[in-house]
Amino acid sequence: MPPVNEHETPGSSSEKPRHKPSRAPRVAMPQRDASSRRHTFDEVALGYSDDQALAEAMRCLQCKNATCEAGCPVNIRIKDFIGAIIDGDLRAGAEILKERNTLPAVCGRVCPQEEQCEAVCVLAKKGTPVAIGRLERYLGDYDLACEIEHRCVPEVATPTGFRCAVVGSGPAGLACAGELAKLGHEVTVFESLHAPGGVLTYGIPGFRLPKSIVEAEVGLIEEMGVRIECDQVIGRIATIEDLMTAEGYGAVFIGSGAGLPVFLGIPGENMNGVYSANEFLTRVNLMGAHEFPTKSDTPVWRGRKVAVVGAGNVAMDAARTAVRLGADEVFLVYRRTEDEMPARLEEVHHAKEEGVEFKLLCSPVEVLGHDGFVTGIVVTRMELGEPDASGRRAPMCVLGSEFEIDCDTVIIAAGTGANPLLNDAAPDLERNRWGYVVADEDGATNIPGVFAGGDIVTGAATVILAMGAGKTAAHAMDRWLGGS
Amino acid sequence: MVGPPEGAFRVTVYQADALVSIVPPLRVRMGILFRYSASPELLCREVAPLFRIVHTRALSDAVFEMGVEAPRIARKVKAGQFLMVRTTTHGERIPLTFSDWSAEEGWVRFIFMRVGKTTHELSHMAVGESLADVVGPLGMPTHVDGLGRVAVVGGGVGAAVAYPVARAMAAAGNDVTVILGARTADLLILQDEIAALPGVRLRIMTDDGSAGDKGLVTTPLKELCEQEAIDHAFAVGPAIMMKFCCATTAEPGVPTTVSLNPIMVDGTGMCGACRVTVGGKTRFGCVEGPDFDGHAVDWEELMSRQRIYVDEEREADAEFFRSCGCHL
Repeated sequence: MPPVNEHETPGSSSEKPRHKPSRAPRVAMPQRDASSRRHTFDEVALGYSDDQALAEAMRCLQCKNATCEAGCPVNIRIKDFIGAIIDGDLRAGAEILKERNTLPAVCGRVCPQEEQCEAVCVLAKKGTPVAIGRLERYLGDYDLACEIEHRCVPEVATPTGFRCAVVGSGPAGLACAGELAKLGHEVTVFESLHAPGGVLTYGIPGFRLPKSIVEAEVGLIEEMGVRIECDQVIGRIATIEDLMTAEGYGAVFIGSGAGLPVFLGIPGENMNGVYSANEFLTRVNLMGAHEFPTKSDTPVWRGRKVAVVGAGNVAMDAARTAVRLGADEVFLVYRRTEDEMPARLEEVHHAKEEGVEFKLLCSPVEVLGHDGFVTGIVVTRMELGEPDASGRRAPMCVLGSEFEIDCDTVIIAAGTGANPLLNDAAPDLERNRWGYVVADEDGATNIPGVFAGGDIVTGAATVILAMGAGKTAAHAMDRWLGGS
Repeated sequence: MVGPPEGAFRVTVYQADALVSIVPPLRVRMGILFRYSASPELLCREVAPLFRIVHTRALSDAVFEMGVEAPRIARKVKAGQFLMVRTTTHGERIPLTFSDWSAEEGWVRFIFMRVGKTTHELSHMAVGESLADVVGPLGMPTHVDGLGRVAVVGGGVGAAVAYPVARAMAAAGNDVTVILGARTADLLILQDEIAALPGVRLRIMTDDGSAGDKGLVTTPLKELCEQEAIDHAFAVGPAIMMKFCCATTAEPGVPTTVSLNPIMVDGTGMCGACRVTVGGKTRFGCVEGPDFDGHAVDWEELMSRQRIYVDEEREADAEFFRSCGCHL
């Protein structure tokens, strides 16, 4: 890794401030209006224009001690990339960004900046923080829109001769692969689906993260020499041991994610019209079911009245996708209140704007149906008790408060678990009681040369945490290869 | 690093149209994002694996066999496992069972019935063309060891599974009787291949008596049970047939394995479309199956779940036949 100061642009750090910080309010993100976006999968947030980006960048104080950077799981040099926007040197900004983050156009869109960098921005103490995420997206998009020969492809070190395998091409796998490639290793990524990107491709809908952005960012990682092999299910086509012996990989990174959908275990759950959020989103995002039957052969059940169970980002994605598929009514059923919702505020806000109704303090107890098809759900009222282990107030049933809600589709977004295919991929790999891989802070597992990171270690978390884990593991793999 | 074969350029195509619509301060000039990679060592990834069709054969008017080059899969596949196939880049992922394979020659074969758009498209593809995707081997292999005397029942296109399963069971030292069933003689498949399996007895049943004996597969299955001639049964075919096979073997208490065919999307345990209730518990057909204890399967639920997209399938077929012009 290069020393931190190597790319610093003139005017930063100890020299005199490059600008007089603007006192203007935070520049609002231009977005498609709520009524028109109910019918399109086009992106909602439109991105800053040059003027808007500059105006927002000018709000940055360019603090001597940039606290925002400590808030970033991959320690992006935020102060310097914003400085580059102020200086009008977007290319330098993109380079600074890419030095620490392989997928800036993705992270600028889906990171929960309000809990990370923006939460610790000095401006946040007295008002609204600098819109770091939007500026990151601005630079990421700038780079993607450049002519290909002018795009920042991170420099690749002289080939080391070592070969590394990465299982899964989601955020953790891509970050790990990109980092390994930078270090000069030959990297092959194995993806089980027919398209790379993992959750970025099958999970997050196009109106939040356009698939062309994912494709272009993945394309850049391929430019660095990383080979991505789709349609390869590790655990079936080869075990981790096969990769390390017969196929001659010196080290393996497992970033297979938490892909197994969790169901509620309530009666009627296997009725037609009950989907896991994973299935519903995969049909639309990966298979293009919203364009059935003209442009895609994969159908999806288009409900008129859709109940989404859960209140995380995935639940919001599912609800907003159902809106776009033409549902008359979409409501979210959540057993706690809005304060406890795990989804990003922005997503909750967007969902409400698009007409998603929130049924709070409600928990489903049964799915009703006729002739095998869903006709409604029974929910019970809940009340909040004392805080539980997660620090959130535990919901408790109000006895005798059950009531029915009419619906023809139920989408369960109650979380995911570890995929059992991992058992077949590496039977000896140490796992915890939830089935997640046990790894140390470097991502090392109990099997020498096998590393893991992302949701398969932590359980469902964020894109950036997975990327951070992939990157850390890449450096540990590099050390391991060097030491062997 | 091994470069791609001479002259095989990968074209990196970023969807310029799509970028134009999402990057507002537009710096995209149409066309410039298209690039031929001229420097294979650094910039060009190997051409994606293509699944070239190496064999096609019509087994009946509606049932076809296809073989594709897939050396990695061919090395790993075991009887009872399945693959996901996608014909084109806009295609569906459909699960099909392996009917045959050769690790030495690097191919796998599967059998499909022409029922909807995807299978129609497949039936129109010829040797030398390629499938967009072939993923496998998926699912757990059929348990074949130490079963003793086994009846393998294959109904209709289920014979495609019965054949490799019977072969593997016989090879594992079991005493195997295959019962093949179909509506008419024209719809019977693989009877010659199964008849040729060493040490395997074959009974054929047709609804109209046009081949073998007239009647349902459950008749000989019941006889075998009554004669106490079998220790285990394996059934694969339409859900209704499997259900009645299980009803037949339940009373005499002959353990019965069934190979289920629920709807799937990814086939790797990610979506849960394939969930089936077995013994009161929800199981995923793709990763825990496709084989389950037939006496514990909730057949009504399975059959109901197979009906979910009937209207959509009809819609897709209509759309396809409008544009395809083959009027099949």
